[in-house]
Amino acid sequence: MALDVGNSIPELRVTPDKYLPHRYAGASGDFNPIHIDPEFAKAVGLPSNILHGLYGMALVARAAVAAVEGDPRSLKRLSVQFRGMGLPEQEITVTGTVTEASAGRVVLAMEAEQAGNRIIRNAEAELALGR
Amino acid sequence: MGREKIREYANAIGVHADINHDGEAARAAGFRDVVAPPMFAVVYSAGSVAAGVLDPELGIDLARMLHGSQEFVWGEPVCSGDTVTTTTTVADLYERAGMEFYVFESVSLNQDGQETVRGTWTNIVRAG
Repeated sequence: MALDVGNSIPELRVTPDKYLPHRYAGASGDFNPIHIDPEFAKAVGLPSNILHGLYGMALVARAAVAAVEGDPRSLKRLSVQFRGMGLPEQEITVTGTVTEASAGRVVLAMEAEQAGNRIIRNAEAELALGR
Repeated sequence: MGREKIREYANAIGVHADINHDGEAARAAGFRDVVAPPMFAVVYSAGSVAAGVLDPELGIDLARMLHGSQEFVWGEPVCSGDTVTTTTTVADLYERAGMEFYVFESVSLNQDGQETVRGTWTNIVRAG
């Protein structure tokens, strides 16, 4: 796939299972109960336990790296805004479009959406090609 | 940086490439050892940032705090066996639309003094 301006990268679709937030908590060290305890989350006004925002950012990073054959050295920069809350057991779709491409440098505009809710928006990834 | 921690994190975010799990494959690809996915930066730098977030001098109201935005700029990849040191500073404090913004910048260096990642962490405290 050519990373030319206006082209989209392949979508990444992931459905985090019920216990994903627990595994991510263990892996990341973030055990905030809003992510792992549905009762606590409901008591503070959330619909259920919610996904870690940085897990969603990791999915955006995955999609960006996958667009350049999986070399993690290619990802030079990623900025995101966290907005809607992500929930377990619903599919997340990460998309990206090339906004700049020149001299081995590609910039992608990206977002992550779940059930019509853009949980990560205004994301921008910068990739270096030809490593 | 522990190999099993990198593998655990990679599995949690669904990254299953050989270079993120197998030392031989990683070395064959030019890495020192099992290489961390870029977002592993969160695992090794968040502790330093948390110390800033919890600093009583700043007095952030954690119950009303949201992680508003995040940026990472990556340099040298992090591999199993590396030692990474992170320093966090308060980059900016401001109010907008009745909300307080706390911006932290973290800089992480490996054992050779190479920058592995620079993070900009924006936390927002809602009006309440």
